Amino acid sequence: MRHETIEKNLGLMIVLIVLTISGGFLAEVVPLFFQKEVNEPIEGLEPLSALELEGRDIYIREGCHVCHTQQIRPFRAETERYGHYSVAGEFVYDRPFLWGSKRTGPDLARVGGRYSDAWQRQHLFDPRSVVPESNMPAFPWLFENRADHGSIAARMTTLQTLGVPYTDEQIAGAADELKGKFEIEALVAYLQQLGTVLSEKR
Amino acid sequence: MSTFWSVWVIVLVLGTIFGCAWLLLATRKGQTNNTETENTTGHSYDGIEEYDNPLPKWWFYLFLGTCIFSLGYLALYPGLGNYEGLLGWTSTNQWEAEVQEADEKYGPIYAQFGETAIPELAQNEDAMKIGQRLFANNCSVCHGTAARGQVGFPNLTDDDWLWGGEPEQILHSIAQGRQGNMTPKGVMPNMTNEQVDQVVNYVLSFSGREKAAEAAEAGAAVFAQACTACHGADGTGMQAVGAPNLTDNIWLYGSTYEWIKETVVNGRQNQMPAQQGRLTDDQIHILAAYVYSLSN
Repeated sequence: MRHETIEKNLGLMIVLIVLTISGGFLAEVVPLFFQKEVNEPIEGLEPLSALELEGRDIYIREGCHVCHTQQIRPFRAETERYGHYSVAGEFVYDRPFLWGSKRTGPDLARVGGRYSDAWQRQHLFDPRSVVPESNMPAFPWLFENRADHGSIAARMTTLQTLGVPYTDEQIAGAADELKGKFEIEALVAYLQQLGTVLSEKR
Repeated sequence: MSTFWSVWVIVLVLGTIFGCAWLLLATRKGQTNNTETENTTGHSYDGIEEYDNPLPKWWFYLFLGTCIFSLGYLALYPGLGNYEGLLGWTSTNQWEAEVQEADEKYGPIYAQFGETAIPELAQNEDAMKIGQRLFANNCSVCHGTAARGQVGFPNLTDDDWLWGGEPEQILHSIAQGRQGNMTPKGVMPNMTNEQVDQVVNYVLSFSGREKAAEAAEAGAAVFAQACTACHGADGTGMQAVGAPNLTDNIWLYGSTYEWIKETVVNGRQNQMPAQQGRLTDDQIHILAAYVYSLSN
């Protein structure tokens, strides 16, 4: 077959192009949809509570994932600093996942419990008051804005539809859990549970 | 991975490689190397024509070479479904090997330091170098790079201790963490605003800074009722519950009237997170010695 044959038969060329570019996707991505270790939660993993979920949405809104990753790679240098490397089963309820791709700040995959609530609040209010060399922006409005309790039930229902095992009682009680809470409380609650399920930390 | 998906991946991966090789060879048919011709592809746009020559030799062989390389790679490393590769490589066992190598290298050093008593270890220069780095990585975020602390996070370089400065107490603080808890208005929840003013003045008087002497005098009675359970009758604190000494003019939360009033009215919650499990026992031991060395 001469290249002329391909170049002059548009149909054949389309078929060959589609075959070529879909090879990687079909071989590397599609099988993962059906792998147990990718789809099943690790033992003890629970869906986020309403407060933590609100915190996660604030985390996304403020763009935390742009500067902070949530994935510890299996290198000693990382596991020494951050704890056990991340495994797929920790993220099955994350929609979308917040692995991130760039570390301007440190990885947060296991930041839960690492610092006190007081530190987290102080640091988010004015990062340089606790870490003088930090270049993280301050988020003082989180201390003034109330958590959005109006839409939390709808957000949880969406996740439930996507397969996150929320019970109907949890969704019904979600708005009350958030009522009167400040955004900072939600965000700190979210941060303090990150990565805490995998108890084997080293 | 189930057999089906394993076969699926193998067929796709090999199919893609051989497909590429086939495409490369098939479209070359009829052309041999070094046969540059004057033939054109036959089309002409604005008088511009295109030669119909084979791929440059280096390019052609490089292309073939990548196909052969990928087969070699797939033989050595996992890539074909459940096939593990001749090298048996996985990212997990690479990490394990890395950790094991480090353990063999540093393990004996840590073990030796871990067995040395803390006061003695605090004199050991090498151990303190390790301690300083562990501190910079794990503790400085709250206590500061110079360990001088900040509002809400205690200074570790002075002689004043919330939970005790003996080696065993420091070790416990690091390994198990500490939970500081001052309830609002101490143990006197019905404290009136006037009484708050009085007790704040009384606390200020410990360091000779009261605003109103009369109020301070009256504050003694309030203090006795609300605060002595933890801070002691003379206000010197109690390390067993982490209650600070109020008489030394060292303040965790600010020393002014307003700060102290805020503390009295709303109480304080503070926490030192436990490091056991995050750090090894030997690392905690060295850290305790480092913290001990800062004030001894």
